[in-house]
Amino acid sequence: MSNWTLILYCGLITYLTRFSMIALIKKEMFNDRVREILSFVPSAIFPAIIFPAIFINERGLFEIDDNPKILAAIIAMFIGIFSRSIIATIFSGLASYWFLIFVV
Amino acid sequence: MKSNFKVFLKGIIDVSPLMIPVVPFGLIFGVLAIDVGFNPIETMAMSLIIFGGASQIVLLQLFSGGASSLVIISSVGAVNSRHLLYGAVVSEHLSDLKLIWKIIISYFLIDQAFAISNEYLKKNKDHNRYFHLVGGGATCWVIWQSTTFLGIILGAAIPEKLGLSFAVPLTFLALLVNDFRKFINVIVIIISGLVATFGYSYIPFKAYVIVAALAGLFTAMILTRKNKKA
Repeated sequence: MSNWTLILYCGLITYLTRFSMIALIKKEMFNDRVREILSFVPSAIFPAIIFPAIFINERGLFEIDDNPKILAAIIAMFIGIFSRSIIATIFSGLASYWFLIFVV
Repeated sequence: MKSNFKVFLKGIIDVSPLMIPVVPFGLIFGVLAIDVGFNPIETMAMSLIIFGGASQIVLLQLFSGGASSLVIISSVGAVNSRHLLYGAVVSEHLSDLKLIWKIIISYFLIDQAFAISNEYLKKNKDHNRYFHLVGGGATCWVIWQSTTFLGIILGAAIPEKLGLSFAVPLTFLALLVNDFRKFINVIVIIISGLVATFGYSYIPFKAYVIVAALAGLFTAMILTRKNKKA
């Protein structure tokens, strides 16, 4: 599949998830239980991006020793929990990471 | 009743604070897209056609990891399933609109616009209240396109040594800051993360994102059921 086809399909599926409920389906089709489960979607899916990006190295191997990303991510997580700020989380993580690889 | 323009303007003003984190997110996307091998036009097209930060980053992440197109598309679909919830919630406010408006508004139904307009739509009963959602969505659209563009330009100037790809997990981590305070969410986060990390090499077709997400949702299902009975 070419890059362009891939982009178009990804755009289409993104659009359809937004459009389908607005256009086709009545609100009553989602009961409280389904809504409750859907509210967990970010917690269920984002870690699947976060964890491998931290623990798996460029060669596709699990790496826990000598891996500055772990400490940097933990620092970012705590800054995030206490500040509730998206920006503070991202920048504290990057700053710690740079500190660990360039200074320490 | 306020004029359409005033409601639109109110949407812009209300969404503005939420635009601050979109700026680094868009820049990071632009830089990384070039880094993993998309050309500038394809990168810009992703932001115009997909117009969803999480979807676009997942696309890049899996693309650079060599995942197949089918896996990339279904993972993007899984990331987007939260929009079904947004759509279901706002649909009652849009039910008597013409189809063309529903088509337009769907394009702008993004996390930030939903977050602020959901409040407004609940409190306000004017017929033109949906202009609020369009205002919020359009604001985010302008920021997202311009920061993508800036990221594409800056990308060439940023040395690889900086390890900017680490900004991807950080960005998603940042989107979860409120969930870290809730017990069930923390369990779901850990389960999903562990399944993804240990399944990374073993789950075929790089489908670890989908498998981990399903494991997380299943955990949420079990834990919330118990919660209610207690």
